[in-house]
Parts: sequence; C-alpha cells; structure tokens
Amino acid sequence: MNAVGQHVPRAVSVTGGAAVRVTRSRRSALWPGIAVVAIVVILGYLPYVVHSGTTTLLVQFFTLLTMASMWNLLAGYAGLVSVGQQAFIGLGSYFVLIGALHGLDPFTALPVAAIGCGVVGLPVWWLVSRLRSGYFAITTWVIASVCELIIIRYPSLGGGTGMLLSGFPDISQTLLNAYIYWTSLAVTVIVLAGVYLLLRSPLGLVLTALRDDETGARSVGAKVARAQRLVFIVAAAGCGAAGALLIISQPFVEPTAAFSVQWSAEMIFVTIIGGIGTIEGPILGTIVFFILQQTLSQDGTWYFIILGLVAMAVAIWAPRGLWGLIAERTGIRLFPVGYWLWPAGSTAGPRGLALLRGRGRGPGRSGAAGALALDDPGRAGPDDPRSGPGDAGPDDFPV
Amino acid sequence: MIWVNAVLQGVLLGGLYALFACGLSLMFGVMKVINLAHGDLAVVAAYTALGVVAVTHLPAVWSFVLVVPIFAALGYVVQRTLIQAALNRSVLTTLLVTFGLSVVIENSLLQFLSANSHSLNIGSLVSDSFSIGSQITIAYLDLAIFVIAVAVLLGLQHFLSATKHGRLIRAVADDREAAQLAGADYRHIFGIAAAIAFATVAFAGLAFGMYSSFDPTIGTDQLLLFAFEAVVIGGLGSLWGTLVGGIMLGVVQQVGAQVSSTDQILAGQLFFLLVLVIRPQGITSRRRTA
Amino acid sequence: MSETSALLEVRDLTVHHGQLRALHEVSLGVSAGEVYAMIGANGAGKSTLLRAIAGLDQPTSGSILLDGADVTRMRPERRVAAGIVMVPEGRRLFPSLTLEENLLVGSAYARPGPWNPGRVYELFDWMAQRRTQRAAQLSGGEQQAVAIGRALVANPRVLLLDELSLGLAPVVVRRIYSLLPDLLASGVTILLVEQDVSQALRVATRIHCLLEGRTTLEGPPGELTAGRIEDAYFGLAKPAGGPSGSAGGYA
Repeated sequence: MNAVGQHVPRAVSVTGGAAVRVTRSRRSALWPGIAVVAIVVILGYLPYVVHSGTTTLLVQFFTLLTMASMWNLLAGYAGLVSVGQQAFIGLGSYFVLIGALHGLDPFTALPVAAIGCGVVGLPVWWLVSRLRSGYFAITTWVIASVCELIIIRYPSLGGGTGMLLSGFPDISQTLLNAYIYWTSLAVTVIVLAGVYLLLRSPLGLVLTALRDDETGARSVGAKVARAQRLVFIVAAAGCGAAGALLIISQPFVEPTAAFSVQWSAEMIFVTIIGGIGTIEGPILGTIVFFILQQTLSQDGTWYFIILGLVAMAVAIWAPRGLWGLIAERTGIRLFPVGYWLWPAGSTAGPRGLALLRGRGRGPGRSGAAGALALDDPGRAGPDDPRSGPGDAGPDDFPV
Repeated sequence: MIWVNAVLQGVLLGGLYALFACGLSLMFGVMKVINLAHGDLAVVAAYTALGVVAVTHLPAVWSFVLVVPIFAALGYVVQRTLIQAALNRSVLTTLLVTFGLSVVIENSLLQFLSANSHSLNIGSLVSDSFSIGSQITIAYLDLAIFVIAVAVLLGLQHFLSATKHGRLIRAVADDREAAQLAGADYRHIFGIAAAIAFATVAFAGLAFGMYSSFDPTIGTDQLLLFAFEAVVIGGLGSLWGTLVGGIMLGVVQQVGAQVSSTDQILAGQLFFLLVLVIRPQGITSRRRTA
Repeated sequence: MSETSALLEVRDLTVHHGQLRALHEVSLGVSAGEVYAMIGANGAGKSTLLRAIAGLDQPTSGSILLDGADVTRMRPERRVAAGIVMVPEGRRLFPSLTLEENLLVGSAYARPGPWNPGRVYELFDWMAQRRTQRAAQLSGGEQQAVAIGRALVANPRVLLLDELSLGLAPVVVRRIYSLLPDLLASGVTILLVEQDVSQALRVATRIHCLLEGRTTLEGPPGELTAGRIEDAYFGLAKPAGGPSGSAGGYA
C-alpha cells in the first residue's frame, strides 16, 4: 500500500514481483484494430460511391486531421506549444510548387515536400529549442512570418499574389479528384500510424512522461531533448505533407493564406476540444470542427468564433477535452499506447488498478484514463517552476 | 543624409514599439503570462476610439480620456477571470487561452466591422512636419507619439519604483508565495498589473491608429510580433531595455526599408532572430544572481 | 491536551502532498506568550505543519483555530490580517527589492501594533544604513534578520519561524535567537520549527516532537528527559494514542 502510495519505481514491481500481468489496453486491442482497418477500407472505397463534393470535403477533413495530430504530438506530448506550424504548411505547399515548376509530378512532389520540411525543421529546432513556453510559441510564429516574407520576394513563385499549380498527370477530373482523395487518406493513415507507433516505442514512454509532468520528466535526462527534437521534425514533415495536400487540392497557393496563423488556430482548437494528449482527441475534434463549419458556413466566421470560445473554455475547465470525458466514462481507448496492470489471478483489476487510474489525473493535461507506465515523477521537480533552464530572461521585473 | 533620416525615423517609430512592448513585458515579468492577444487588444482600442469619436464628437486625440480607463478596467477583469483561471491550470494553458482570445477578437472584428481598414482622423496633425536640412523631415505626429511613449514609460517607471502598489507588483513578481505571507493577495496584484498593461496597450493602439491605418488582422500580423521582438531585443527586466529594444527594431526596420521598400518587416524579423541566437537574454539585460 | 484558552490551536490536522501523507492527525495548542518549538528529523512534517497554519498547504482534514475562530479555509493573505505571520524556510526575501522595500511590503497589510520599519531598524542597528541595498546582496544572516523584520512589521499575534538556523553560522544563529525575548516582550507569541534540538530546548517553553508526520512527544522541556526526547526524535518509542503518550515504553 505504502509502496504504491509513495513511489512506483517500475511498473512491474507495483504488486511486488512476477504476480502481475501487463497489457496495452483494458480490453483486447483486437476488435478496435479490426474496426480501424475496416474504416480505412470503407474510406478508401468511397470515391466509387459518393459525389466528388463529399470527397473534396473529406480531403479538407484529412488535411486538418493531419495538422491537428501533428500539433497534438508537439504540444500534447512534447510540451511544445507552437503557434508557427503554418511555416511548414506554407513551405510544404511551396515545395510542391517548386517541384512542379521543375517538372515533378505533384503527387511525387508531396513526399519530397514533407521530407524537405523535416530538413528545414532541423535548423529551426536549433533556433527555438532553447526557448521555453511563451518565447517558444511567439518565436515559431515569427519564423513562419519570415518564411512568408522570403517567399514573397520570389516573383517566379508568384510573389505576393500566388500561383496556380500545374503539372498534374493527364487524366480525367473525376479520376484526379479520386487520386487527391486517396493521397490525403494515405497521408492521414501514415501520420496517425506514425504517431501511434512513435508513442508505443521506448521514446513514447519518455513523451508520455513529459505529457504527465514536464518538470519531473526533464530530470530524467537528455532523452527528453532528443524526443522533443524528433517530435519537432516529425511535426514539421507532417505539416509539410498537409501543406502539400492543400496546394494539390486547391490547386493554387498564395503566401498570405498558406502562411496564415489561421492554420495554427484550427489545429489548436481542434486538438484542445477533442482532447489534447490523446491520439483520438484530434480525430474527434476535427469531426466537431466540420460539423460546426458545415452547419454555420453561411454565417461568416461565426463558426470560428464559437470554436475559439469553446476551445478556451475546454482548456480551462475540461483540459482533457471531449475524448477525455468519453474515455473517463467508458475506459475505451482506440489507440492504446499505455499499459494496464492486472494483479495476478484477478480478472477485474480492482483496487490497485483504481489507484493507478487515479494517479493519471494530474492537475495538467493528463491523458485518458489509466495509462501509467513510467516512474511517477511526483514532486521531483524544483520548487520554483519558473526556473526553466532556457528561460530567456530573468524572472523578476525590476526597474 | 538619407540614412540619418532613416535612423531618426526609426528612433521615433521605436517609441511606438516600446509603448506596445511595455505592457507585454509587464505581464510576462509579473505573471509569466505572454498575452498572445496583446496586438489584438491594441486594435480593439483603436476601434473603440473610433466609436467614442462617433458618439461624443470629441477630437480623436482626446479619445484616450475614455479608452484608457475602459481598458484598465477591462484588464483587471480579464486577468481576474479568464487569465487567472488559465494560470490555475498551467502556464501553457495561459498561452492557449490568450491565443484563443486573439483569434476570437480578430474574427469578431472581421464579422462585425468588416475587413476594411480605418484610421483615427486627427486632421492636419497627421501631415504636418518640420524639416532639418534638405533631407530630414520629422512629422509632428511621430515626434508627439515618441514623447508620449517616453512619458508613459517614465510614469510606469515611477509607479513601479515609488508607489505602494508598484512595490507590491515587484514583490509578487519576485516571489508570489512570500508576498502572500506578507498579506498580499497576488490575484489582486496581478489584476492591477494587467490593468496597467491594458492601459498601455490602449495608449499604443490609439497612437497606432493615428499613425497608420488599421484593420482587424494587423494585431496578429504585425503588432504582437513587433511588441514581442522589442521585448526580446531589449531584454526583459527593465523598461529602458524595452525602449532600447523598440528603438533598435524601429531603426532596423527603417534602414531596411531604405534598402528596399518591401523588406522593412523582414529586416526587423531577421534582426530579432539574430539577437535571439547571439544574446537570447537581450541586449541590455544583465543576469542577476538571486 | 490543548487548553481551550490557547491562542493558536491545531486539531487533528492531516496534510497530504499528493498521495504522501505528510502530517497525520497532529494536534497542539499554543498559549499567548509562549515559545512553542516543533522538533523532529528531516521530513518529519514540521515545515508542512507551519505551512498549513500559514495557509500555504491545504489540510485534508482537521482544523486550525486562532483565538477560537476557525481559520482552516482562510487564504494565507487573510491569515496575515488575522495575525498569523510566517517567516518562511530559506528566508524568501524579495531579491530585487531593497531592504527597506522588503520591510515596506511586509507592512503594506499590517495590523495596528507596535512594530514598524523604524522599530525594526532600532532592533537591528546595522539595517538603517543599508536600507537601499538590494536584498539579494545581503548575507544569509542579514537576510534572515530582514525576513524576521518583514514579518514583525505586519504586527503578528502568532509568529511562525521556520528553520531560522538553516544554513547560518552558529554565532549568527545565537544572535538571532537572542532576539526572542524582545519579540515576546512586544506581545508576540512564537511557534518555531527547529532541527537543532538543543537550540530548541534552550529557548522553548514547550516542545513538540514529530516523527513521520505523527506526534511522538509533547511537553515543557523541564519535564522531558534527554532520553525520552531522543527516543521520540528517532522513533524508538511507539506513539500510543495521545501526543504525550507512553514514551519510553519500549525498554
């Protein structure tokens, strides 16, 4: 009892040795897995049965879901609140354009653009990695603005007025739309699978610990910095892919729109409302976004104002978001990345489990119920949370 | 002489940037909150002044008599409700909430007041100027804004260093818990600091509305970033650092504009990134060992 | 155990840090004019008790009464106005403020009473000339003196002193403890936490020993033998029922 109450050195030692079973999820992961595959297959078949208007909408859906999943990985797991991901969205679009101007087929240019954004992400990370919270946020924003201002300088890329993307394969518009749709579906599946596998990897444990207690996890060591760098680069590439999808589906790009902070607003709102720090959250949030947008689309920006207000309220009063509320009541996890501990001989993991579930709910943005895998960082952090190592200024405000 | 003129214009513009920056700096220094809605609040202040002028028929210059107190009160209320609630969660939550506030403000302005740009009509003052030599021309308005900015900074300096509440603000910034043990309700002190920050941003918004035209998106597109850049370039920790940062940003922008008229903003952003790489603690900051 | 006439009374106080129980049903009563000393090893819960009385840590259960009035749910800053003032562990001066400004912040919400910055300057004769120096530039002992001064100018009824001697040279500690009679004479009641037992025994009118969050011994120093204190301090005695329970029953 005391051992659980004070310290959990290793997941397995909680009940004192071998007499414990560790699983990835409370129920079998088989059925959700089959469901996910079925959904992907059905979605893949859609262009044969629905109008192109529907698939066009779904392309937007997948694009936003990709962005939101990337931002969720950044902010929800790595603790990096970026409001400058539009830098990579814009660059992803323009990389496709540059490729097309050099004779590259847009669909082939998409992965190139994503990788290109990942490469650009490296020096950007070097620049922003020393900054914490607010400094980090605004600096990413400045970098997005710099990217935009640099692109505008190139008339060959359309300057400030933008440019039409050409170089698509010579096929019918219907088939082209289907290709665009399948591409966006593929990008989304790859991104979600990538996030899922990343979080299940050893690095995922570091990220989950970071999500649950940043100060505590920091003290674990340099692994955190490596994990954050990887996440930043993955998110840069993912947002680049989303940007590539944008220009391919438009097919037009214009710097003000491509580098607009609106993209950050969308991915942030969607993630917060759906549930930050869970894979399911952005999916749910994107669905909410599109329902609201489609219902209120004739009323100008109202849907966005409402979305912003809801996101603010959720961030303050229900920081686990919609998915958090659902998972808390049902225990369902579509993408189990944590561990459940089952005391030996019991099928209904009773007291110990309840205790562990309780620990998952920190004051911050703890994830869905029950995932506890690492050492509990507990009160390991320094007393003064303001003394972040990279804080670019002294804490006081003397005169 | 063209370059001297550019530098001089930059210095004057820097006063305006410092005015934008001091509220941001104060809120970060005291509450560790970077208010991402800071730029939008300036725009709202400018729109509010338009409304005040329309209703009262006061000259635009006098609109601050109403707008600044309104914003001070607004600052106290927003801090005690929204920002404090976010702070109780985490510092990251304050970022999300102020970012949400920024987006909501901007889209509400677009929804209700359209994307058209406006400016505060101050009659002939906007174009009157005097010349030094043949190539240096200084607009009275620019000079007036610079003087007002310095006056506001001086007033703020005096308030923080020589009044009871200024002292309490610095105490809370140093050590919130120790201030509680001295009987100070830090939430109230935060409210006062936010009231001052909002009052300064109202001043800045009005000055900007007279200096240039404004539209709903300029708050996030430019003002927030300029204010933040001025804070970082100057270095947190002193109001004079903020003034120095604002002036350096203004000078770099004006010199950049002299090189190529389209590169004004880019020059400022790149200079900011350069400072961040070379001296992340800012130009004037001296790290104190506490 | 605690008389009803106590100025400060703590009843069955339990405090948790997360899941860790730092304090377990601790009760005590401090009468006006006393120097009440909490002793115990590192992590025994002494500082937690003081922080709870000052309002910085919320108790899970139990209550805190000042002069009969329940202050358990009162915010820390309101407790200052009610007369409970703490000198926190590690001094916690405002480093960027000057010495004088630190005292002025302490007196900003002061109750009426004998103490003010001028009187503190009389108590510590070196302070007046250095009033414009930043607190960060003072030595540890000087900072401790300013921290006491900052608490005094609020005119406390009960002064909570947390680990005054921490990190200070013995000669400085002795000088600071020599101030206690002056403070008592001005009508202040003192509840202090001290890790150095002999120091506590020298100044206290009552001793209260904690071990792993529980009371192991309580009473006036004159009635406690060194052996019993040692047992209570190191946990050789079984705490049985009451705070002044059967210490020494282990033999």
